[in-house]
Amino acid sequence: MKNQRKENNELFSLTILGEDYTTLPTKKYKNRKPYTPVDHKKIYSFIPGTIKEVFVIPGDGIKAGDKMLSLEAMKMDNEIVSVIDGNVKAIYVKPGQMVTKNELLMELD
Amino acid sequence: MTLRQKTLELKRKMQGALQGGGEKAIEKQKATGKMTARERILAVIDSGSFHEYDLFVEHAGKDFDMDKKYLPGDGVVTGTGTINGYPVCIYAQDFTVAGGSLGFMHAKKITKIMDHAMKLKVPLIGINDSGGARIQEGVNSLAGYGEIFFRNTLASGVIPQISVILGPCAGGAVYSPALTDFVFVVDKISKMFITGPEVIKTVLGEDISMEDLGGALVHSEITGNAHFFAESEHECFEQIKKLMSFIPWNNTKKAEPFPIKNPKNKVYKISDIFPTDSKKPYDVRHIIKAICDDSDFFEVQELFAANIIIGFARMNGQSVGFVANQPKVLAGVLDVDSSDKAARFIRFCDAFNIPLITLVDLPGYLPGIDQEHAGVIRHGAKVLYAYSEATVPKITVILRKAYGGGYIAMCSNHLRADFVLAWPTAEIAVMGPEGAANIIFRNEIQNSPNPEEARKKKIEEYKEKFANPYVAAAYGYVDAVIEPLKTREFILHAIEISAQKKEDRPLKKHGIPPF
Repeated sequence: MKNQRKENNELFSLTILGEDYTTLPTKKYKNRKPYTPVDHKKIYSFIPGTIKEVFVIPGDGIKAGDKMLSLEAMKMDNEIVSVIDGNVKAIYVKPGQMVTKNELLMELD
Repeated sequence: MTLRQKTLELKRKMQGALQGGGEKAIEKQKATGKMTARERILAVIDSGSFHEYDLFVEHAGKDFDMDKKYLPGDGVVTGTGTINGYPVCIYAQDFTVAGGSLGFMHAKKITKIMDHAMKLKVPLIGINDSGGARIQEGVNSLAGYGEIFFRNTLASGVIPQISVILGPCAGGAVYSPALTDFVFVVDKISKMFITGPEVIKTVLGEDISMEDLGGALVHSEITGNAHFFAESEHECFEQIKKLMSFIPWNNTKKAEPFPIKNPKNKVYKISDIFPTDSKKPYDVRHIIKAICDDSDFFEVQELFAANIIIGFARMNGQSVGFVANQPKVLAGVLDVDSSDKAARFIRFCDAFNIPLITLVDLPGYLPGIDQEHAGVIRHGAKVLYAYSEATVPKITVILRKAYGGGYIAMCSNHLRADFVLAWPTAEIAVMGPEGAANIIFRNEIQNSPNPEEARKKKIEEYKEKFANPYVAAAYGYVDAVIEPLKTREFILHAIEISAQKKEDRPLKKHGIPPF
């Protein structure tokens, strides 16, 4: 195979069980995303679509399982419910508004 | 009509069918750097050996005015021939005929040649270049795919199956290659995906080019769907011919032996390429080349999960499969991808009577949230399963570190390696000296007036006692500690005396590997 791609001299130190090894990273290893714990207080769109309805207003107290928004995507109505008890802190979207994937829709506290 | 006239009539008819989609379509195909279906077949099999069947098959579409159309050979060329003198069944989709779309008769031609391959017990090569299902033929084209997948599955482990992606192969069509043993791709030409860029754009609003989504490089480097990457169709065909030389016709045979050649000892000198300090990287391919015939190592999935190396070579002319941790990349760890890569290769070798040689030098498994969440438990288990299940001769050489679960997984004595050899540089232990000393002597180190010095001392103590092959050898887990320069000789002997090896596994319908 001719694809001996240029030997990138990116040796780094990889620690495994207390030992440090000098080695090269793979592309996947370099591109891996840092883990961020799930924050149930921040509500993001999981798919691009249109906000159909907003069921709450800032200051509302809500319980786990309460409907907060409806997001229409792929011709389906998706109800977004809270998984925690809390209060609505802020809402960033209005009915009829188009949202992209991973857009911050609202926050709880 | 005289015989001459009848023959002329046949020739005329053949001429019509052999032109495929016609001049214009062929021109278009060539403009994209692609060869035609027949050219491809002729390029991969021995000159003069191709015999084509079902040239006069016509499509079965009745709706949407399809009955008025003539599709030569229904967009696929099928036949038999030889590669390196050994028989194969082969088909190539013809993109110049209705975009190589798969209709009822197109699929019938493919399944017919597949059935032939199974009856004749010879390898099957499929060249894919198709726009997908022929929509006009509706559910019949879906049935066609299903019939192909079913045969791929039954043939798996009976005859070698090779898929060559030389054009688009999208949607359901990708599952035939996925079910076969080896997938060949060519840069800029091969495209494989379940849902294309357009659908992704509409549904998710994400923009990506076809090349970045499912091009040859993506499948060679990221997904692992492809096994061989080439920069041209010509290079790809040479790779296929080379692969065929290492594998047998079917699961009852062994690969054809080759003349014995010694390794190129001057180029691959173990003492020059091998650092004894287990934290230093080196290219394990050089060790393989120092051991195998003619230093000729044919690597599989070179670009994917480069922390493990797999591929074919020969020992005294007999085909063998090498599995080796690669300390140069990610210290040679096992992770999700490298486990998948190794496990599948082990199962191929086991199915086709190819002895396995495992070179061990790994610190263990790759730590990380991404790895745990990607299921390194079940993926890692595949290696254990594949090695335990394999009954071909299994020879393991521990070069340097063999720590913890990694030691067990890499064809240890406990997974029934026939011979476990270790170099004097081997360190077979639960973990590396530093990690181990920190745990075992934690209190002593902490309570010492000079903890740093105490730590160093304890690490040295541990190294002295446990970071060697002799503890494992004392229990018989290592069969022989050998001089590195005698590795080839030991392996040759091991293969020679394993020639009649027979090992039974409990009778069952099938196991349930951690897929």
